[in-house]
Amino acid sequence: MTDTITEIDPLPNASLDAPHQAPSLTIRFAGDSGDGMQLTGDRFTSASAVFGNDLATLPDFPAEIRAPAGTLYGVSAFQLHIGDHDITTPGDAPNVLVAMNPAALKSELGLMELGSTVIINEDAFTERNLEKADYEVSPLQDSTLDNYSVILVPMTSLTKQVCKELDIKPRDAERSKNFFALGLVSWLYDRPVDPTLDWVKAKFAGKEQVIAANTAAFKAGHAFGETAELSAYKQEVKPAKLPSGTYTNINGTTALGWGLMAASQSAKLPLFIGSYPITPASDLLHELSNRRDFGIRTFQAEDEIAAVCAAIGASYGGHIGVTSTSGPGLALKSEAIGLAVSLELPLLVVDVQRGGPSTGLPTKTEASDLLLAMFGRHGEAPLPVIAAYSPTHCFTIAIEAVRIALKYKTPVILLSDGYIANGTEPWKLPDLSKLPDISVGFHTKPNFTDEEGHEKYLPYLRNPETLATPWVIPGTPDLMHRIGGLEKEDGTGNVSYDPMNHERMTILREEKIQGIATDIPPTWLDACGDEDGTADLLVLGWGSTWGAIVSALQRLRKAGHKIDHAHLIHLNPFPRDLGEVLSRYKKIFIPEMNRGQMNMLIRARYLVDTISVTKVRGLPFTGGFIQKRILEILNEERGIK
Amino acid sequence: MTTETSTETNGSTGMATGTTGSTGIADTVTGLLGEVLSSRKEAAEPPVTTKADWTSDQEPRWCPGCGDYSVLTAIQLLMPELGARMENTVFVSGIGCAARFPYYMNTYGMHTIHGRAPAIASGLAMARPDLDVWVIGGDGDLLSIGGNHLIHALRRNINLKILLFNNQIYGLTKGQYSPTSEVGKVTKSSPLGSLAEPFNAISLALSAEATFVARTHDMDRAHMQEMFRRAYEHHGVAFVEIYQNCNVFNDGAFELITKKDKRPSMLINLKHGEPIRFGENMENGVVLESHDIVKIAKVADVGESAVLVHDEKQVNPSLALALSRLASGPFMPTPIGVFRAVDRQEYAEELSRQIAYSQDLKKNPGDLEALLYSRATWEVT
Ligand SMILES: Cc1ncc(C[n+]2csc(CCOP(=O)(O)OP(=O)(O)O)c2C)c(N)n1
Ligand code: SF4
Ligand SMILES: [Mg+2]
Repeated sequence: MTDTITEIDPLPNASLDAPHQAPSLTIRFAGDSGDGMQLTGDRFTSASAVFGNDLATLPDFPAEIRAPAGTLYGVSAFQLHIGDHDITTPGDAPNVLVAMNPAALKSELGLMELGSTVIINEDAFTERNLEKADYEVSPLQDSTLDNYSVILVPMTSLTKQVCKELDIKPRDAERSKNFFALGLVSWLYDRPVDPTLDWVKAKFAGKEQVIAANTAAFKAGHAFGETAELSAYKQEVKPAKLPSGTYTNINGTTALGWGLMAASQSAKLPLFIGSYPITPASDLLHELSNRRDFGIRTFQAEDEIAAVCAAIGASYGGHIGVTSTSGPGLALKSEAIGLAVSLELPLLVVDVQRGGPSTGLPTKTEASDLLLAMFGRHGEAPLPVIAAYSPTHCFTIAIEAVRIALKYKTPVILLSDGYIANGTEPWKLPDLSKLPDISVGFHTKPNFTDEEGHEKYLPYLRNPETLATPWVIPGTPDLMHRIGGLEKEDGTGNVSYDPMNHERMTILREEKIQGIATDIPPTWLDACGDEDGTADLLVLGWGSTWGAIVSALQRLRKAGHKIDHAHLIHLNPFPRDLGEVLSRYKKIFIPEMNRGQMNMLIRARYLVDTISVTKVRGLPFTGGFIQKRILEILNEERGIK
Repeated sequence: MTTETSTETNGSTGMATGTTGSTGIADTVTGLLGEVLSSRKEAAEPPVTTKADWTSDQEPRWCPGCGDYSVLTAIQLLMPELGARMENTVFVSGIGCAARFPYYMNTYGMHTIHGRAPAIASGLAMARPDLDVWVIGGDGDLLSIGGNHLIHALRRNINLKILLFNNQIYGLTKGQYSPTSEVGKVTKSSPLGSLAEPFNAISLALSAEATFVARTHDMDRAHMQEMFRRAYEHHGVAFVEIYQNCNVFNDGAFELITKKDKRPSMLINLKHGEPIRFGENMENGVVLESHDIVKIAKVADVGESAVLVHDEKQVNPSLALALSRLASGPFMPTPIGVFRAVDRQEYAEELSRQIAYSQDLKKNPGDLEALLYSRATWEVT
């Protein structure tokens, strides 16, 4: 059921006694929505980060808040990939699965390589649970698990047992079984213990019983490995060699929120966020709502239209107006974004993409709003579109988005996706003193003198370099003027129905956006170093496919393939050298989490031949998938030759 | 029946946020915006302006005879009296004939998209509590496509002065029935008569928790100005319905009640603290029928003491709602004036207060560096 192919990383070797060294390891925690798997994964991630691994994570949870316990659609999973080297994806096929109940085993086992390790909470394999997971015969009794290294652990009863000594009711004790699993896995993979125990203390401060139960369960799990003589399964992933600095583990949502806050400070303007709750974008609203002390005004509007409109109103008043949403909300905002194009006001629209159309797959990732972002407005309404490529990139890209919005006085659409928003990776904390100054300032004086020597203010008299209109905010004496969605006369901004003026204004708005190409870096290109252009292939990516492409290329290049990687961050306008870059390659491979939207743009714009590879399964690309497709393409070519 | 009267005087005592610099935006905003705002130290006295100062250089393009002209004149004449500042005044409108209004005012102005003016203006009012933000829209604009934004702006009590130009028709799109058109209205899109019950805009606003609700009409400049002044001085959201004649597509919609000779017997002028009476000789009065239904009676029949005394400050909107239901359309004796004017916390001010509060709690508010290092971190050497 998967496209994953074998990782180069070795699988655990059960015959060795000393901890086996692995360059990387992918672990998947799976259980019922109520089993606390996200928290368990999160804690293991933190311990791994503190230990010094490079890593990437992928939470994978159902759309239902609490699906009926034990069902297949109630399974919640968390995958993480830790390594002693540069890790860019949450891993392909997991090496280890922790399955807390039959449903988790059933839904996740298909992801696993034969021979991988499966750690099972055998207490949960009751008749009722087996039935709910559609197992006629217990998989612990038939041949289902024959080809895996299976570790059966009575996690629930062992947890209850240690809790009983603490006078904790069995019902409450059961809730700590995820900490038992965490303890065991921490022992197996040699994670430091203190970060987890410290966290438990801080998190549940004041709830002594909970602290006691979780701590006891964790320690029992840790000890279980030793007593059950599981050393054969032990593996160790050494710390990675990361550039020196202070690190934290961060997801794309927090990075984006902090990036917006940094942008606000660099622009010396207050931030206003209008938003309406929608998965997976709500967390950005939550993050910023928690930052009132930064002077941020967050506004939960009555709908997405009101949210973007309020942001436009705030921008008009001199704030950085931001609105955050996902696909359905972006569709609703369309008309108002067109207004911002016409008014020429700064505005940032953050779209955290998810599976569509309609409600689609709310909790799963996809990158299928690209064409909506590019063209989803009535009339000729061009605007800059940029895309984050990883969780930590969100910090930088937020500042870049605000920079463009302010400098060119334009709405900007920033594309992220569910994977970037929820996925985490270590982040070297930036030196804030080195942030660019992106302030633009307001106009407070007349900008035009007419033939009779009268000083005037013309709201649509453009900056000759950027073509941006001046930014005058209400409250500025003597510069009162009206703006609106009706076509405006060039310069004065007065309502004009003149045909030639409309064409001129349409072209001016377009040229303003196209001009941004001179103000952005050339195409991000990771070339093998072949100046003569003999690379076999160019992989052209955008958005969150970045990690999977990098990981595929790490392997393919090791195997001697000459493959280059270009990654697009600015999607409109494209970097000015992109056409020239593309012209150097005979084969261009464009993987994307949609049905070929970037492929369509590239072909239309540059008239080049491309190979589109798409995937819309609600999951990010894996390095293995891309590697396999590239090999197929290269083999095909050889076959033809 | 309970008549909870708010003990506090409401915002109509000149403490309006409308007057400049009265809310704490400058306290919570630093940087470039803060500089612009604090550099704008105005004289304490209100500016001396004239109608001409408030008139833009754009020629109004409404049909000759349109009621919109009288509203425009009423506002342009009132602004100097209010002591408002042109540069601190913003008119935000949606789409429709009425929505062209901002182009004709020499203030800041934004002509936006259909129905969304309350939302855009809300963002502006939150970002800039120092401004006077007026919202202009027609019955289609504010009650149909923008109905959702309107009710939410009202319930939030955000400091907007919302003027509903109700002509019971879609003017700009050339005469379709609107959400305030009477049942059976024959228009281009309802050749056999419209089918749905119209909104009663006053009832709607009261039910949406509006703190200031008033009605006026385009034939009486003095009354309009009184209502607009009250709206301006109100602390929080103010909603004023203006019966406005569209002489091209719905001529005479209100003439049964607004024509000069009809007014005494057809308009019931609500005045705070006064018995609700009307008629050529004030012979009619409004009395309670049951605890939340009012009716019209001859004062001679019921006695003066039975006549209801208008109390716009009642916290409970039931009686105001009952008054709004007195007439089922502008063909029956219809109340005008202020239905409700109560004090409640204003949204933008509260938002600024939350910011100030959060900043007070922190030793170094807005310290991004500290935030970055606030999570679990580790060193790589
Ligand atoms: C999204 C959208 N839908 C429809 C229209 C067309 N439209 C413009 S004004 C209007 C109705 C105007 O009626 P009203 O708000 O009562 O204003 P009036 O012209 O009567 O003053 C409509 C339907 C539009 N401009 N935008
Ligand atoms: S159509 Fe009616 S509302 Fe519109 S300008 Fe003409 S008279 Fe006024
Ligand atoms: Mg109308």
